[in-house]
Formats: sequence, structure tokens, C-alpha cells
Amino acid sequence: METIQDIQGEIIEDFGMFDDWMQKYEYLIDLGKELAPIDKKHKTEDNLIKGCQSRVWLHAEHIDGKIIYTADSDAIMTKGIIAILISVLSGQTPASITDAKLDFINEIGLKEQLSPTRANGLVSMIKQMKIYALAYNN
Amino acid sequence: MLNISEIRKQFPILSRKVNKTDLVYFDNGATTQKPQTVIDAVNNYYKDENSNVHRGVHFLSGLATDKFEETRDAIQQFIGAKHKHEIIFTKGTTDAINLVANGFRSLLNKGDEVIISELEHHSNIVPWQMCCDFTGATLKVIPLLDDGSLDMITFKKLLSENTKLVSVAHVSNALGTINPIEEIISNAHKVGAKVMIDGAQAASHIPLDMQKLGADLYCFSAHKMYGPTGVGVLYGTDKMLNALPPYQGGGEMIKEVSFEKTTYACLPHKFEAGTPNIAGVIAFKNAIEFITGLGVENIAKYEDELLQYATAEILKIEGVKIYGTAKHKSGIISFNIEGLHPYDIGMIVDKMGVAIRTGHHCTQPIMNKFNVPGTARISVAVYNTKEEIDVCINAINKAKMMLS
Ligand SMILES: Cc1ncc(COP(=O)(O)O)c(C=O)c1O
Repeated sequence: METIQDIQGEIIEDFGMFDDWMQKYEYLIDLGKELAPIDKKHKTEDNLIKGCQSRVWLHAEHIDGKIIYTADSDAIMTKGIIAILISVLSGQTPASITDAKLDFINEIGLKEQLSPTRANGLVSMIKQMKIYALAYNN
Repeated sequence: MLNISEIRKQFPILSRKVNKTDLVYFDNGATTQKPQTVIDAVNNYYKDENSNVHRGVHFLSGLATDKFEETRDAIQQFIGAKHKHEIIFTKGTTDAINLVANGFRSLLNKGDEVIISELEHHSNIVPWQMCCDFTGATLKVIPLLDDGSLDMITFKKLLSENTKLVSVAHVSNALGTINPIEEIISNAHKVGAKVMIDGAQAASHIPLDMQKLGADLYCFSAHKMYGPTGVGVLYGTDKMLNALPPYQGGGEMIKEVSFEKTTYACLPHKFEAGTPNIAGVIAFKNAIEFITGLGVENIAKYEDELLQYATAEILKIEGVKIYGTAKHKSGIISFNIEGLHPYDIGMIVDKMGVAIRTGHHCTQPIMNKFNVPGTARISVAVYNTKEEIDVCINAINKAKMMLS
């Protein structure tokens, strides 16, 4: 199993290849399109994350000591962001998720690429992922 | 004929770059940019004139007070109010509506009715919900027709002797619909109801004449009319404003204070407690002068040209749907493209320097009515050009290509 740190490193490397915003956005759009679908029964009001302009559903399950996230959004770029977060955090242990420092967000320029509302959405998504991990950690 | 390139030169921000490209600003419904004269007036106030108003006997206080009151005169003229004291300075439209809704707490009883409409901004919904909760009055809603205009037949049926107040927008910020407020006012007055108009999206786009219009209350925000943020106006007829109790208590709004009995100041001071946004009010006069210098009729005519052009160009995009297709519209276009989220569109065009609004525009009931999570919205001001519309449409097409 790769660690959160390893995966972040790979993402930073991936994004390092892009010269401009358009390539970055196209990559995010592709990731969004490829995001594994969430089970319909988890697209509930309870799983909706507040603080995003687009709607985001996030579901977490605890399997063999690891947390598996699935998610969806009605906006494709938001889905792209979720896909990245899931690739970093899904399949990790609750403890490593709650402790994770997600430095890659700044390094790949995601935060400054994102409008304030979107950045808030990103913050809310990360917070919700950590809250789930915390719940399973206890 | 307006000379748009000369007008643009007065707005320093319009020549800045965003994301390394020229800024194309189409979020004027949220707030307009400010001309140099407004910026200078704010600056000069703090540099040269700063002092509190209506209080001191010293030179600067007199100067600041005079300039502050000159804006009141300018507004009175601009909207054709009968008396100067019918102009109340507020923080903005939201503040003005809250002032009135708070006052109506002592004028409404159980069984009374307040009518608003389905196209209101949240700031013309929530204060009335709070007011009705407090008084036991009932809130009634004029429904929207599919083209985004008000269902006037139902409106007339809603009116009765129980109706005490009708509060509707002059222009919808999400759909651009210009409401038939003259008809609303005359019908409401027939049953003895008062009428408040939310003019936030109208004041710099449509000529106003309060005495002709006959509204009891009318409000707007300076920042949506080339002026500073944090300043707005509540106009009310002398009679209406005298019938409303004060909103906030404090300095400036009193005649005499003692622990036994406090008496309130006359209009307009009764509603202007505390130190106001003096710099903002003073600079607001420059914004009014900018508008009257061009002529509201000329602005309206030019913005309508932009609206017609932009509407025609947007309709060329495959899969596009425009929300708000009423016959009488102001320069606001709300739209979605089939299969795309407005938010994705907004994010991508932003990278090309184009500022549009996406989301529910603080009008969630409208979004529910049209069954969409939000829309993308273009709203024009007098400094916008057809070339900018072309840039915007190109950016939207590019976004569509990337997202499809
Ligand atoms: C129709 C309408 N009413 C009220 C408001 C609120 O104005 P403000 O935020 O300046 O108080 C707005 C602003 O978006 C508006 O468009």
C-alpha cells in the first residue's frame, strides 16, 4: 500500500507536466469523468456536503481497517477534485487520514486556481473526509 | 449616442488584466465598477474633509455635513422625491428592507397579509418571513409565469382588504424581468395596501420619478449604480415614514433623551442612528452625477442594445436555455447549457478573464420554479461593449468544448 505522502508526490509530479491552466483543467475534467460512480443509495441528503456551489455527495465505509470513500457531484470539475482527494485518502487507515497533511493542494496550484467559493468547497470536502476518519478512529 | 470608449476610460479597473488577459466584467448585477470620480471622492474625504456629520461646530464637521447633505439633495432630484427628508441613508437595499420590515412589526396584526413575489431576492423574502412570524400576519406570494413574468391575474386575486403591504422588485436580479410596478401600485392602493419596491436592479438602468410612480417606499444600493459599497437609500413618502417607528436607537436619531422618556428626531434623522458611511454617501453623489451626465434614458437604450445582441448570440449556442424571456427585460441574461453545470462554465470562462455569476443568485425560489440548481448569469452595465459580449460567447463556447 502506497502511503498518503507517496501518492501526493505522484500527483505533484503529474501536475508539474502542465504548462497552463487549460491543460490542468482538462486533466481535472478527465478525472471527473472517470470517477467511479457512487452507489445510488448513498446519494442522500445526509451525505451532501455544505459549502460548495455545486452539490457534492460523500460516502465513507470502514472495510478491513481502511476507509473507502465514494463520492459524486453535479459539476464535473468538482468531481475531478474529488477524484484526486479520493486517490490520496481512500484505502488508507483512519489514523493516517486524520493526521494527513495535504500539502499537494498548494503545490499543484489548486487552491489559487480555484475561486473562493470553490476553495471553500474543497475545504469542506477535506473536512468531511477527516470527520469520517475520526469517527472510525474511535 | 454614448461614447463608450470614453466612458470606459473613467473606470480604471477595466484596464486591468485577470488571469493574464483583459478583464471582461459581466457581473454588474452583483456590483458595478466605480468611475475615477467616485474613487477620488472617497480618497479626498479621508485626505481633506474627514469629520463627523451633524455634530461639531467646527469647520470640518460643517464641511462634511454639507457634502453629506448635498448627496441627499442629489438623490431627491435623481428619483423625483417631493421632499428631501424622504431620503433615508441606509447600508444598502437589504438594510432598507429590514428597516421597513422591522417597522411593520408594529403596524401588522394577526389576519393581516403581506404580498411578495416568487422572483424576489432573499433580502425581500426573509425580512418579511421574520416580520410575519413576529406579528402573526400571513405572507402571500405572487407566482411566476414560465417566461419569468409575474402572474398578474393571480396577484389581483390575492389582493383584499387584509392586504397591508405589497413588496416586490422593480427588476429581477436573476431573470431580468421588469415588473409592471405601476400596475401593482395602483391595484394595491385600491385595497388600501402600502407598496414597497426593491429597486436594487433598477436604479441605474431605468428612469425613476417617485411622485409619478406613487410607491410608498422604494429602495436601492449605491454599489450597484457605480457608487461605493455600504451605502443605500430608502425613499418613503413623508406620511409612510412618519407612520413607521424608528429602527435602531442611538445617537443622531433622538430629539431628547431622558430615562423617563425619549423623543425621536424628525425625518430623516429618525432612521439614521449612529455615524453613517460618510465617505460613501459623499462619493455616491459622484456616482449619481456620472449617471445623470450620461442620462438614464441613454443608458437604458444602450443596455437594451447589449441585451438584444447578447441574447441573440447566446441563443446560437447549441443546447442553451435562457431563463427569463419576458417582454420587458433589463440587461440580465440567466442561462444554462444542456448537460453542463453552470459552475463548470463559470470556472472556465474566468480563466479567460470573463467574470460572470453562477449559482442561485440569492433567489432559490426561482431556481426551484425552473427546477435547476443554479444558472450562469450575464449582467451588463453602460461600460460593456458588443466586443466584450463576443469574447464572453467565445469563452462559453470554449468551456462547452472542454466540458463535452
Ligand atoms: C433585487 C435585489 N434586491 C436586493 C439585493 C440586495 O442588495 P444589497 O446586497 O446591496 O443589500 C440585491 C443584490 O444582489 C438585488 O439584486
